[in-house]
Amino acid sequence: MAERTAAAQLEIAQQSVETPRARAWRRFRRHRLAMLGLTYLIVICLAAIAAPLVTGGRDPIEINPAKNSWGAPTWEFLLGGDQLGRDIWARLVYGSRVSLSVGIVSMSIAVAISLVLGTLSGYFGGSVDMIIMRFTDVMMVFPGLILIMIVVSVFEPSIWNVMLVIGLLGWTGMARLVRGQILSVREWDFVMAARCLGAPDRMIMARHVLPNVLAPLMVAATFGIAAAILTEAGLSFLGLGVKPPTPSWGVMLNAAHSLTVLERYWWVWIPPGVAVLLTVMAINFMGDGLRDALDPRTILS
Amino acid sequence: MSPYIIRRLSLVIPLLLGITIINYTIYALAPGDPVSAMINPMEAHEWSAEDLQKARARLGLDKPIPVRYALWLGQAARGNLGYSVRTGLSVRETMVRGIGNTITLIALSMVLSSLGGIVLGILSALRPYSALDYALTAFAFAGASMPGFFLGLLLIYFVALGLGILPTGGISPPGVTPTILNRLEHMLLPVAALTYEGLGSLLRFTRAGMLEVLSQDYVTTARSKGLMERAVIGRHAFRNALLPLITVLGLRLPGLIGGSLLIEVVFNYPGIGSIMVDATRQRDYPLVMGGVLVTAVAVLLANLIADISYGVADPRIRYE
Repeated sequence: MAERTAAAQLEIAQQSVETPRARAWRRFRRHRLAMLGLTYLIVICLAAIAAPLVTGGRDPIEINPAKNSWGAPTWEFLLGGDQLGRDIWARLVYGSRVSLSVGIVSMSIAVAISLVLGTLSGYFGGSVDMIIMRFTDVMMVFPGLILIMIVVSVFEPSIWNVMLVIGLLGWTGMARLVRGQILSVREWDFVMAARCLGAPDRMIMARHVLPNVLAPLMVAATFGIAAAILTEAGLSFLGLGVKPPTPSWGVMLNAAHSLTVLERYWWVWIPPGVAVLLTVMAINFMGDGLRDALDPRTILS
Repeated sequence: MSPYIIRRLSLVIPLLLGITIINYTIYALAPGDPVSAMINPMEAHEWSAEDLQKARARLGLDKPIPVRYALWLGQAARGNLGYSVRTGLSVRETMVRGIGNTITLIALSMVLSSLGGIVLGILSALRPYSALDYALTAFAFAGASMPGFFLGLLLIYFVALGLGILPTGGISPPGVTPTILNRLEHMLLPVAALTYEGLGSLLRFTRAGMLEVLSQDYVTTARSKGLMERAVIGRHAFRNALLPLITVLGLRLPGLIGGSLLIEVVFNYPGIGSIMVDATRQRDYPLVMGGVLVTAVAVLLANLIADISYGVADPRIRYE
């Protein structure tokens, strides 16, 4: 009896030394859809990196009008060809590079901006806070796609501009989140305790406040990557995003503007659309899993 | 009018100014100006620097950007949004022609996605972790991840072309003045695509809100005093779950406008979105500026309405 209690106590002690990161990972693993999304994304990332291998060395912008113009899927051309006879499968695989890098780069920009502005706002308060938050309101109220469209149309559309603009406009929600989180964490007991122990401000920010900001920020950024991929696809579909010879899922979908293509050559536009859908869904699943795993309040069954 | 509404309205004007300043600056910084765009490249050598200068002065382009912005603003405030560079038509008229179509599209899909999202969300919350709940969750996730314009393309392919029952786009058969009936027929697919795009997140929010409210003590009280389940859900639970939804609806509007822009292009639907996309492609700046202004006013008004209805729905909120 006494032994068992000791064992139980040991178990509890061991559980309590589990690092937050290990706990989050343990909880994340139990989220089946999130794991499914993660697996899918790992596969897609590997395919994007090893694109020449996956496509058998075929060039996604090489035209082959004689052999593969509007070619239906065959064993040689797995997903057929477009108007110029370019291999759809190769374009699809290389297109993942565009989508993934747009998502990741633009969200990194947005996260950086939101961390700086949100921290300034939450930490200094007062008129700094007022100015930053009113500015955020202006940026937030505006339909992002339209603003992005204006900027891209004024400065040449290109993948770099698309990334930059999505990043420069995508920080508003996260900046508010960071600010709100800092304001609330500042009042928590353990921060008060650290302050009472005489910890300097900088250390309190770095060791106690920021880590608590990062968890929700990571969740928001994950959903943000999904939104950025959708935005890129929409912009390129309108012809205002990535420039045409470059294979991108949105650029490929652009062909469906023509009713003839839409009706007769489904293999030209359905695969990239499905690719966007699946990738965005996988990222959203992951975001959902992260939220559940990182939020200490959720109780997982 | 309560002081709160007046104060909110007074905030709208600086916001509008901010948006137009940002927008105007971007355009002013754009490489190339209307003068160089008007000159035939073959005749460019016939234009001396002096001629160019004169042409710029005639269009007021020699003035500094803030002055040009002030002039534009003065005219815009009087309702003159200028003229389209390409068609020569007044921007205001072009906007007026498109705005009704766009508002109909957005309003219909907003109403339908709210109704659908709320009803399905409640169903989902009433039997959490049932087969129905999982099915609806999957449906919601697919909706939140589906690019609306891709869904539009799928609808054209499978429903309009495949089944041949609905038109592929436009607003009336060519050369026919649109009647209510064929307008409806033409709107069915675009509204469906836009509705599904927004339905997912609303469904999830309603579900989460309902689940939280249903575990509250006063719901248990209502049940234990013998109220019918319908009264418990409708009168006690739902009203409180509704609150966050209003904010969500207000915040969704900018996204909805972006989404409707793509849907309008897919379905060749003659609204503000198609006009703006064409104008952007052709660098028809006055038209784009006009469109931005109209959209900004719409979004700000909608947010204002959301704020006010929040106060109506929650009597605890008192705006001072």
